Amino acid sequence: MKSLYDNEMELSFLSKSNNEAFARITVAAFAAQLDPTIEELADIKTAVSEAVTNSIIHGYEDKEGIVKVKAKLLENTIEIEVTDSGKGIEDIELARKPLYTTKGNLERSGMGFTIMESFMDEVDISSVVGIGTRITMKKTIKKSEKEEQIEEEKNALID
Amino acid sequence: MNTEFSELDKMLYVQITEEIDHHTTEKLRRKMDYEITRFMPRKVVFDFGKVTFMDSAGIGLLIGRYKLAKMLGGSTRIVNASKSIKKVLEMSGVVRIIPIEEKVC
Repeated sequence: MKSLYDNEMELSFLSKSNNEAFARITVAAFAAQLDPTIEELADIKTAVSEAVTNSIIHGYEDKEGIVKVKAKLLENTIEIEVTDSGKGIEDIELARKPLYTTKGNLERSGMGFTIMESFMDEVDISSVVGIGTRITMKKTIKKSEKEEQIEEEKNALID
Repeated sequence: MNTEFSELDKMLYVQITEEIDHHTTEKLRRKMDYEITRFMPRKVVFDFGKVTFMDSAGIGLLIGRYKLAKMLGGSTRIVNASKSIKKVLEMSGVVRIIPIEEKVC
């Protein structure tokens, strides 16, 4: 079956905190195919880190479970899906609010979703209590000036 | 993480050398709190020059250390933060209580 995307990958790992770095570094390496700037890559790494950390500390509350990360590329857009089968989010609107946290005792800042939303172009949260949570994020990598120039030249030739 | 305490101006210099996320913060928190309570500095300087990554776990870490230092009579500063780290710090508003200074210590 032919994929709708240009490229796809999937990771599955235990909800251990040392996998937070593993997940963001792997997604960043995959995203590098789109030739992002250092800043765009840092945005993606930070957003992935936030989503995976949420699954580990909120979804599974430090119990063992599986976190899945899928990444798909289509043209110059990356779509990232982070899924857990943890306890789910009761009130998504509340969870999205800046500074809202249920884990203040762990010095959590409550900025996770705010960071995901401002570092990525689109963030979608779907969650069912007792079943799990899926975060879908999209970011379009801007073409560099050089690439745009090449494309313009190509189009000029076609005309 | 490396630290240096200057007796003369009661300044604790903290150079963070690891990536800052939920996984690394627990150890960093313990080390920082040990140094802050040991020296009771008048000023704590966090050097981010060697930090290549920080997510929102770093915000909680910094606010917690700010509170502890303040309780013991000290102020806190951040130096040498990269563009992407500044982005996280500025978004959270933590820079209002822990100013970013450009100077290299």
